Parts: sequence; C-alpha cells; structure tokens
Amino acid sequence: MPATDSTPAIRFENVVKRFGDNTVLDDLNFSVAKGERVTLIGPSGSGKTTILRLVMTLEELTDGYIYIDGEPFTYERRGDRRVRQKQKDINRVSTKIGMVFQQFNLFPNMTVLENIVEAPIHVLGQSREQAHERAHELLALVGLSDKADAHPTRLSGGQQQRVAIARALAMDPEILLLDEVTSALDPELVGEVLQVLRGIAENTDITMLIVTHEMQFAQEVSDRVMMFDRGRVIEDAPPRDLFSDPQQERTRAFLQAVL
Amino acid sequence: MTGLLDRFDEIWNWDYAAAALPQLLEAFLRVTLLATVLGSVIAAVLGLVVAFVRRSAPAFVAKPVHWVMEFVRMTPIVVQLLFVYYAFTSWDPLWIGIGVLGLHYATYMAEVYRSGIDNVPKGQWEAATALSLPRKRTWTRIVIPQALRTTVPALGTWVISMFKDTPFLFVITVPELVNAAQNVGSRTFSYVEAFTLAGLIFLAASYPTSILVRKLENRLARY
Repeated sequence: MPATDSTPAIRFENVVKRFGDNTVLDDLNFSVAKGERVTLIGPSGSGKTTILRLVMTLEELTDGYIYIDGEPFTYERRGDRRVRQKQKDINRVSTKIGMVFQQFNLFPNMTVLENIVEAPIHVLGQSREQAHERAHELLALVGLSDKADAHPTRLSGGQQQRVAIARALAMDPEILLLDEVTSALDPELVGEVLQVLRGIAENTDITMLIVTHEMQFAQEVSDRVMMFDRGRVIEDAPPRDLFSDPQQERTRAFLQAVL
Repeated sequence: MTGLLDRFDEIWNWDYAAAALPQLLEAFLRVTLLATVLGSVIAAVLGLVVAFVRRSAPAFVAKPVHWVMEFVRMTPIVVQLLFVYYAFTSWDPLWIGIGVLGLHYATYMAEVYRSGIDNVPKGQWEAATALSLPRKRTWTRIVIPQALRTTVPALGTWVISMFKDTPFLFVITVPELVNAAQNVGSRTFSYVEAFTLAGLIFLAASYPTSILVRKLENRLARY
C-alpha cells in the first residue's frame, strides 16, 4: 500500500443511507488510505454508487459520519449531537474531491476549454492564463489537444468522457471518484478512456474510489477491491486474491456472472 | 358575381381607407408597439425573478409570491386594468397598461422559465456540485443559459399573445390601435375600413414575428 501518512483519505463511520423505507447502506465502516485505489464491485442496487455520491455531497447522509483527511465532512459531532456543517466548511473540503460521472455531464453551452477552466478560475481563483495553460496540458494528457474549442456535443462519448476526466483533474483533486465511467460508452470507445485512467493511476498519487464493471481494469489499477452486497462489504481484499480466490460464495457467484 | 362586387363597394371606400391609414399606423407605432415592447421586457425580467424566487427562496417568501401570481394569472386582464385605472386615477393610463400587461404576462413567463429550469438535466447540477461551483455561478453560467434555449421561443409566443391583448388597453382610454380605429370610424362612419386596416396591421406584425420565433426555436435547439 502506498500510504505514507496514516490518516485515511476517506473514512466512513457507521454510515447509514436510506431512501424512504429502503435502506441502501446499513452501518457501513471502511477507510481508504491516501493514494490508495479502491474499487467497489457488486450487483447493481448494492449501494456502490451511493457511496461515491455521499462523498461528493450529492446525497445526504441519513446517519453516521464521513471523514476526509481525518476531518469530519458534512456532519460532525458536537457534544453528543450530530450536526450538519456550514456550507462554507463543506465547500472547503469538497474542492479536494473530484468526480467523473457515467453520463459525462459536460456543460453543453460551453466549449471543451471553458468546461475545464470554469472551476479553476471561479472556485480556486486561478488566473485565466494559469487555468488555460493547465487546461491545455490536461487536454494533451487525455489526447484531445485539437478539441479545445469544440463543443462537447460534437464529440464522441469516449472523447466527452476524456474531457470530463481533464475537467476533474483541473481542480487538482486529492480524491477522484469514478462512477461507472465507461458504462455509457460504446464498447469500442471503452479502451481509450481506460487507457487515460491507467496513465493517471500510474503517474499521480491521487486517491481513487472506483465503481466499475470492467473487472480487468479493476484488477490492473486497484490496490484493493471491496465486494458489496445489500449495503454491506462482504469481502475486502487485494484484486489478485479476490478475483482468483474469492472467500465468499456470493462473491464467487457474482464474479462468475460478470467475468 | 357582380352582386358581390356591388356589395363590396357599398361597405368599402378606398378613399376613407387611405385617409385612415396614417392615423392608425401612428397609433400602432406610438402606443401598441411601445406597450408590447416595454410590457414584454417587464414580463420577461419579472417572470425570471418570480421563477427564481419560487424555486430558491424560503417558503415564507415563495408561498405568498405563488399566491399573488396565481391570483393575477387566474383573473381577466381587463379587470386588472380597470382596477388599477380607477384605484390610481393620477397615473398615466399608458403606463398603467404597460405595467399591468407586464405583470400579467410575467405570471405566464414565470411558468415558462420554471419548466425551462426543470428541463436542465440533474447531471448538470451534479457536475457543478462536483466542481464546487458556487450556487450563483451555477445559475448564471450553467442553468440559465441552458434553460433559455427552450424558454426563448416559448417567451416569443407569449410576446405575440401580449401584442394581441393590447386592444384591452382601450378600456382604460389608452389611444392604441383599436381605439384609434374606433375614433377614425366614428368621425367618418368608415368603421369597416378602419377595423379592417387595424386587423391587417396586427397580422402584418404578428405573422412575421411568429415565423421569426419558429426559426429561433430551430436554431436554439442545436448547440
């Protein structure tokens, strides 16, 4: 494990998430070390995506706590009460977290370049020159240097997703959340996106929390794989162990179905 | 056939028509068009404010705004015009007319904005959250520009509708186009000529505008 600092990048403590009567996450505890790449696998509806969405504040915690770099995030203990943090405090931490979505979610009213520089300029306060320079570097990294002035709707799904990755990286995140980033792509476009992500995994120390159905990719980039079933972690092991020698019958059945 | 032509000559006098036209055009340009343009600006701006308040303001503000808007939307514009006209007798009827048209149509336009905003995909908001963009920036740079694509054509349709409602200003003595036609008619008993021309002027203005709105709709549909 590449962690040098013992404070985990992400820690879930007794996390509960319910949608109405439906309990999606039930008293979940886990942590992700700094620089670690963790992949969440499991049947759909097992709560994997919900975990990413909770970290990105796209869903509200029902109960429990999330810690980012050891700091409580969105909810904190005050005495024996559980209170929601001020938006300002949440924002300060959330700038460290980036997310790439299944549906890309690029802003269609902006060019590729504008998509990438929007947050660095208006959230991080970078100068236009600085943000543009960095954006061009990132576009080169994802192999889209010639598309800076294109509109996202003119790009293929794979290209759009690579722009979305560049947009997330432009914020220099410490944590990157990848939510089924290849699931909406035509099969022949999956490779180019995974290639870009492999490069990022190799050349940066960004902590990654990944939800994917690409088991090959999970095996290559992950330090650890967590198997989810009905809102609980039923198996948690390095990819080689988990894929070749699953300990749980449920994991074995799942892997058999997807591989 | 000759019977019909005779009948036409009986009701239509070209000299009267020619004499009426300049006065009608003047009323159209000075009053009808002015009221439509200013009323539309008020409606478009106020409608956006209302849509925004109803979505984002706390309930104790949003609720009363909602009730007022429902009240305005569900009562006839003529009643509103007459009410303000008699309640504020010192105000200029033209400005009362512009204000009431603007307020009345703001309630329709607020609905247009609301659906435009609702049609912006949830993923756009989520991407903005993931980038920690401030709420205000999310509205001004992402949501509103995208919502306007669907709302601009719909707003144009309401502008045309407002334009056709300007004759109601007649009831509060504003000298708009139909009022002018009535005056011209009563002076020379050439009502048919005057109202026919008034109708044609309305048509000449609203038909090209509706084509323009449709073109705009097609253009805005693409990014």
